[in-house]
Amino acid sequence: MSTPLICIEHVSKSYRRGREEVPVLYDIHFDIAQGEYLALMGPSGSGKSTLLNLIAGLDQPNAGSIIIDQVDISQLGDAALADWRAANIGFIFQFYNLMPVLTALENVELPLQLTHLSRRERRERALAALALVNLSDRVKHYPAELSGGQLQRVAIARAIVSDPTVIVADEPTGDLDRKSGEEVLSLLDRLNRELGKTIVMVTHDQHAANAARAVRHLEKGELSGLVENRTWNTATNV
Amino acid sequence: MLTLILRIALRNPWRHKLRSSLTVAGIVVAILSFGLLSTVVTAWYAGADAASDKRLVVRNSISMTFSMPLAYAERVRAVEGVNDITWSNWFGGVYIDQRNFFPQFAVDAPSYFRLYPEFVIPPDQYLEFLRDRRGAVAGHKLAQRFGWKVGDVIPLKGTIFPGDYQLVLRAIYSGARSSTDENQFMLHWDFLNERIKQIYPGAENQAGIYIVGIRDGREAAAVSQRIDTLFHNSIAETLTETEKAFQLSFVAMTGTIVQAIQIVSWVIIVIIMAVMANTMAMASRERTAEYATLKALGFRPWVGAALVYAESLTLALVGAAIGIWATGPAAHAIGTQLDNIFPTFQVAAQTVRLQWLAAIVVACVAAAFPARRAMQVKIIEGLRSLA
Repeated sequence: MSTPLICIEHVSKSYRRGREEVPVLYDIHFDIAQGEYLALMGPSGSGKSTLLNLIAGLDQPNAGSIIIDQVDISQLGDAALADWRAANIGFIFQFYNLMPVLTALENVELPLQLTHLSRRERRERALAALALVNLSDRVKHYPAELSGGQLQRVAIARAIVSDPTVIVADEPTGDLDRKSGEEVLSLLDRLNRELGKTIVMVTHDQHAANAARAVRHLEKGELSGLVENRTWNTATNV
Repeated sequence: MLTLILRIALRNPWRHKLRSSLTVAGIVVAILSFGLLSTVVTAWYAGADAASDKRLVVRNSISMTFSMPLAYAERVRAVEGVNDITWSNWFGGVYIDQRNFFPQFAVDAPSYFRLYPEFVIPPDQYLEFLRDRRGAVAGHKLAQRFGWKVGDVIPLKGTIFPGDYQLVLRAIYSGARSSTDENQFMLHWDFLNERIKQIYPGAENQAGIYIVGIRDGREAAAVSQRIDTLFHNSIAETLTETEKAFQLSFVAMTGTIVQAIQIVSWVIIVIIMAVMANTMAMASRERTAEYATLKALGFRPWVGAALVYAESLTLALVGAAIGIWATGPAAHAIGTQLDNIFPTFQVAAQTVRLQWLAAIVVACVAAAFPARRAMQVKIIEGLRSLA
């Protein structure tokens, strides 16, 4: 086992709904290794998206801590957490979350606006990221002019353009047809295998989960204890 | 970062072309209406604004309908600080029909035009006017209104001073400044005085008002007091004030109307503010997921707010630019129609500044609440809004 990149230590999370406290995660404790490709699975309401949000620094746990690359992100304030996300997390959302008024290139360039790179450097990096997802011929297209699969590939390019420590993907194939889904999974696989990116993916799709190297199941806010640590299999073989 | 905000702000409004176009159209109408109503108010005060600070007006302290002895002229001239004096009487004649109203004054021509250099008369015409006791001078706009030419006989029917007056137009003056009233008509005071001697024996040699030229505008109050003290306890006590104050006393008579116009012009701005706020509230609600995405990517909350403000300003400034551009021609068209009511009807620089200011205030107020919401959007809830 290589050095853990992400240490989730006894994390609990609950939400307040009116006067009621609704628990979502109970004492979650596990590590994710550098270069891991982990799928979080579970039925609706199991807390997998909440856990992903905590790992991505979009939310804070009520108890426990999350240490990523030796930074305890549960101790960071809003501004520090925003800076940390910009530098360390690449997001892939189910519904792509691209800016409709920006071209594919401008969308990919977006995270680089928060860096000190020059305009030219930003452009070069964004073009390289788009080339990596095979969209060099769509750089000037607006989201409305792209298919679902292409949109998700733009989102993947945006996620990797700033070379983040971790890529988090929330149901990345959830809004795609099978063919486009396969393309996206293939891309994620390449990012993990060839570029060594650590990926944490939430999915309820077993086929998508098969593409990951490890799968963790969540049941009613708790890890079910089942850990499928496999060598990368050929289940997807896309 | 600023480029990014501007790029998004300039493109965002056109995602809902109809809604944005209708909002811009509303702003155009509001800014145009505001500009025209402000121009009406400015035109109302035009006489006062055009007044010289080196001229005082002396009138009978009881009322303007009471006159003062002509002998006052030389006594006022001797007051310290006074360097010139002239006098005039309101004539109040009717030209063909009551509806053809225009201001008419009997003036002591040499001293009057000395004190009013803004009435510019060609020298040859001026000499002709001085030579002819039945001569008259009309403003350029007035002559244009009735199609008068130099040499035309202008028949006036006296109302205050009964009789038929056949005056000959000897000169046409034009204003030295754009704000100078070109709708006035002047005849010789001596000529009127002779007629008064005939119809109201004993009522001659009276001046309606004196216009006093002073050396230093800053001494207006002191000179006024000296003049009024001079005629204290006399048969016709005087009230002396600056020409501006004298003009404003006329405006004050219609002050309520002016006030109502001013209120209406601001009400229009408040209405468009509500329309704009609605547009921005809808737009920002639709973009909740985008603000949340930006925050997720690491952008600070103020970026979402800046996007709302920038979009609001884009809409408001586009509308304002069109509205302001249209105000000039619209004011010109209205001014032509209302020439006899408003001698000058021009869009003042101050009005244009107020139009821009109103547009910016509308944009900022309309964006305030949606911007706050965009800033405070919780990332997870915002992202969920897309699903």
